[in-house]
Formats: sequence, structure tokens, C-alpha cells
Amino acid sequence: MPLTPDRKRQLTTAALVAPAGIWLFVFLVLPFMAMVVFAFGERAPEGGYQAAFTFAQFANLPSRAAAFWNTLMIAPVGAFLCLIVAYPVAYYLAIKSNPKYRLMLVSLVVVPFWTSLLVRTYAWMYILGSRGIPNLLGMIGIEDIRLLNTPGAVLLGIVYGYLPLMIMPIYVSLEKLDRRLLEASADLGAKPVSTFFGITLPLSLPGVMTGVALVTILLLGEYLIPQLLGGGKVFFIGNALVDLFLQSRNWPFGSAIAVTLVVVVVIVLSVAMRIAWKVSGSRQVDLV
Amino acid sequence: MRALVTFVYLFLYAPIALVVLFSFNAGRNASEFTGFSTMWYGKALGNTFLITALQNSLMIAFTSAALAAIFGTMAALGMQRLSSRGRAIFDGLFAAAIVVPGVVIGIATLVALVEVFSFLNPALASIWPGDKPPQLGLGYGSIIAAHGLFSLALVTMIVKARIASLGRDIVEASSDLYATPFTTFRQIVLPQILPSILAGFLLAFTFSFDDFIVAFFVAGSKTTLPIYVFASIRRGVTPEINAIATMVLVASLLLILIARVLMRDKTTKAQAGE
Repeated sequence: MPLTPDRKRQLTTAALVAPAGIWLFVFLVLPFMAMVVFAFGERAPEGGYQAAFTFAQFANLPSRAAAFWNTLMIAPVGAFLCLIVAYPVAYYLAIKSNPKYRLMLVSLVVVPFWTSLLVRTYAWMYILGSRGIPNLLGMIGIEDIRLLNTPGAVLLGIVYGYLPLMIMPIYVSLEKLDRRLLEASADLGAKPVSTFFGITLPLSLPGVMTGVALVTILLLGEYLIPQLLGGGKVFFIGNALVDLFLQSRNWPFGSAIAVTLVVVVVIVLSVAMRIAWKVSGSRQVDLV
Repeated sequence: MRALVTFVYLFLYAPIALVVLFSFNAGRNASEFTGFSTMWYGKALGNTFLITALQNSLMIAFTSAALAAIFGTMAALGMQRLSSRGRAIFDGLFAAAIVVPGVVIGIATLVALVEVFSFLNPALASIWPGDKPPQLGLGYGSIIAAHGLFSLALVTMIVKARIASLGRDIVEASSDLYATPFTTFRQIVLPQILPSILAGFLLAFTFSFDDFIVAFFVAGSKTTLPIYVFASIRRGVTPEINAIATMVLVASLLLILIARVLMRDKTTKAQAGE
């Protein structure tokens, strides 16, 4: 029986999306379901997982309250600090910079983001470590300054690591801004400050929201920065997870924490999207 | 304002520059630059553990990025032909693959694969004709699968954006001129989306090459370059790590620059066409 054109079209479509669909199902949906099952299980005596149905793992979550507290406090503060540094840069790039060099300047901001976060965080370990800045301060008589393994070091690492991700969406929304609005505002006698607060800032809010949401969400699962710059003193949920899975091998409890982390991410994301829709008046939010 | 922006650029590049500078330090002391030398590069390149880790990383990055480029492009082409409900499901899953933290992806893949292997290995042993049944375990395959997930979402998103910006008119013109759908794809669509597929491939390669946290969970006994670097950092900061770090930086800088040239080529052409 020959295939009708409609049927042929359907088969082609199915063949095109099938590999991606299978990949998503086998390596995203199934593992996630396995993780949820594990979260209701028990730790086997030798470590790992033992089948059970218990809420004990979730009841035990408060024992890792410090990791949740650190993450939920430091991630938004880190994102906010990123925003404060990023906004002027994005503003300069989009509005003040010479268009001839604009693309190059923007590239220079993006490029570090795609280089190894491990190496970039390591660089600060080097600078803040005892042979770095504290050593230089020691030469001019300021002794015993401790920079590494402090919350400040973690925040610095966060701003350094995620600055490009904050600059980009703000730059994109400022670049789309209609320059005639700024000229009109100036022609009507508005001072630069009131033009900024009345026009530029409100119109760039979708970019600001996207940047803050992206950086906060990525920070919720951060491991490397608190590990290398916080030295075990400032630890995030990610650090607790590595400890539970690879050291103490308490997989069910680790799964319960991971499931909780995903729930937190979903809540943060949906709140951010809702605010973004409100400020932009549309349902279009660019994530990358 | 200019001063502030200059300062931010310095802030972004100075720490990297410092690592590069000290990788050429002749001395052993990490805080004093005593002279120019490439001895640490020689030392790093003579380290067989490091070379193995580098080879693993390159192989994993290439395989996961290539699979993601092929399947992602297919998905991007197929998704526009799906019903709006099917498209929403794919969009949601791709968004989840990007938004769910790497640490969770690593954990979920680990627990699922360990469960599957504990079920498959005895089953395989019972039907295996020879004496030594193969043991399935974590390793290259699990890292490629987990990296491929994020990469697949990345490529699909980039290629889909490019397809959306293509004019429907030339595709219609092509079919009006009696080109078969495949001819239209090969002669009209593919040449226009090729730069974005390549850019997606390079970004996916860079992601996999740089990823530490996902591989940390699912690598089993295998070592990738970031896992090796992380382990060396924990043993203590030495100039050899600076040399390795510099090589990692140069490699990813090259990849990302090529990817950006490919993506920019596309935008300038699109602007010229307007």
C-alpha cells in the first residue's frame, strides 16, 4: 500500500524528532524519576540505596539547613552584586560605546564565560591565597590578612564567574531600546537622570530580570566556587550533594536534597518569569 | 563611566593573565616571577596521567558535540512540523535540560545508570555464551550521554532560532519550482543553517571540554581534564597547574572565537539582506 503524502510527512517528522526525544527520555526523564524513587528509599548498610517507602529522608532535610541557608542567602546577594557591576557595563556597550568597536567589546565580555569556570576560579584561589594579595600586603606591613575561604571570596568568585551572563541580557534589551525615545525625552527638557529613570531603566527591566534569574538559578546548583574559594567553610547545596554521594554514600538522602533543589529552582524560575512577563508586558523571555 | 568599564575589563582578564604569566615562571615559588621558562609546559606534557585525561576529554567532547549537532539539528527541523502540543513538550524538556543544575543532572544520571547496570549485568551474564560476560559500568558512555543532554538542548535552541529567522518565501519558491522537499533542504535550507549548526557544535564541544561537575558524578574510574585539574588543585597550587590551565584556556578561547565568528557571519549577512 503506497503511503499518502500526509502519512509520509508524519513519518518524516517522527524520524526527525525521535533521536532527541529518546535521548531526553532516557537521560533526563527516566533518571529524574529514578532520583525521586531513591529519595523515598533507605540507605543500604554498605552505602548506596535500598528499596523502601519512607519520608525519613525528607524529614531529615533540616540537618542540612546550613547548606540551604547559605545557598539561598548568598545566591541572590551574588546575583545582585553582579547586577550592580553589570548594568553600567551593559549601558556603556549598548548606548555610549563607538559602534565601530561595539561587536569586539561585546565579544570580549562573552568570551571568558565560555572558558573553564574551574580555571577562572582557580585564578582567584591563586590571587587570594597566602602567596597572593596577603603576601603583598605583608610586604607593606599589613600582616595576617585572610582573604581565601571567606564569604567575601565566594561572592567575589561569583561576580567574576557570572558577570558575562548578567551583562549579556541587559545589553540585548538596552540595544533594542528605541534611541528616539531618549532624544524625545531630552528635547522635552528632561534631565539625563530623569530620562534614565523614566525611560532607559524601565525599558531594560526585562533584560535585568532575565540576567538576575539566570545567574540566581545557576548559583543555586553551584559547587566549584564555594568549594575552591570557600574552602569548606562556606558551603552550598551542591557541596552537600557531592559529600553525600561521593563521600558518605548516602544516596537516598542526597536524592531527597537534589529533588528539593529542583523544586527550589522551579519556584525561583516561575516567580522570575511571572515578574518578567509583568514588566515586559509580553510572554517572550529570552533565556540565552 | 569609561573608567569603570575599563576597570571591569581589567577585572575580567587580569586574573587569567596572571595565571598565564606565572605558567612561564622559571622558579618554583608561586609568588615570585624569577625568569622566563617553558619548563612547566614540558613537565605537564610529559605527565602521562594528564595526557590520558586530555585525550579522554577531547574524545568525549567531540562525540557528545557531534551527536548533539546531528540530533539537535534534526530535532530543530522536526519540531516546526509538530503539533503545538508536541512542540510545547519538547520545548519544556529542552528548557529543563538547560535549567536543571549540572549537579542534579550528574546525580540523576548516576543513580539511574547504577540501577540499570545492577539489573542488566546479571541478565547479560546469564545469557552470555562465553566465560567472561562484559561488565557494563560508568565511564565514557555515561559522560557522553550526560553531556549530550545539555549539548542537544543547546544545539536545538541555536539552530531553531536560525530556522525561525529564515524567510518562508525562498522555501516556497523552491517547491513552486518543483524541487523535492529533500532538494529544497539540501540546496536552500542546509547552506543557511550550516553556520549555526557549526556554532552549536563548537559551543557544545566547549561545554563538554570545560564541564567538571556532571563528569565528576558519572565518570566512574575515568578521568577527564577538569577532573584531573580539580584533583591537582586540591593537592596544592603548583606552576604545573598554571601551565595546564593556560593550555585549557587557549583551547577554549580558540573554540569560542571560531563559534562567534560563525554566528556573527550569520547576523551580518541577515542584516545585509534586510
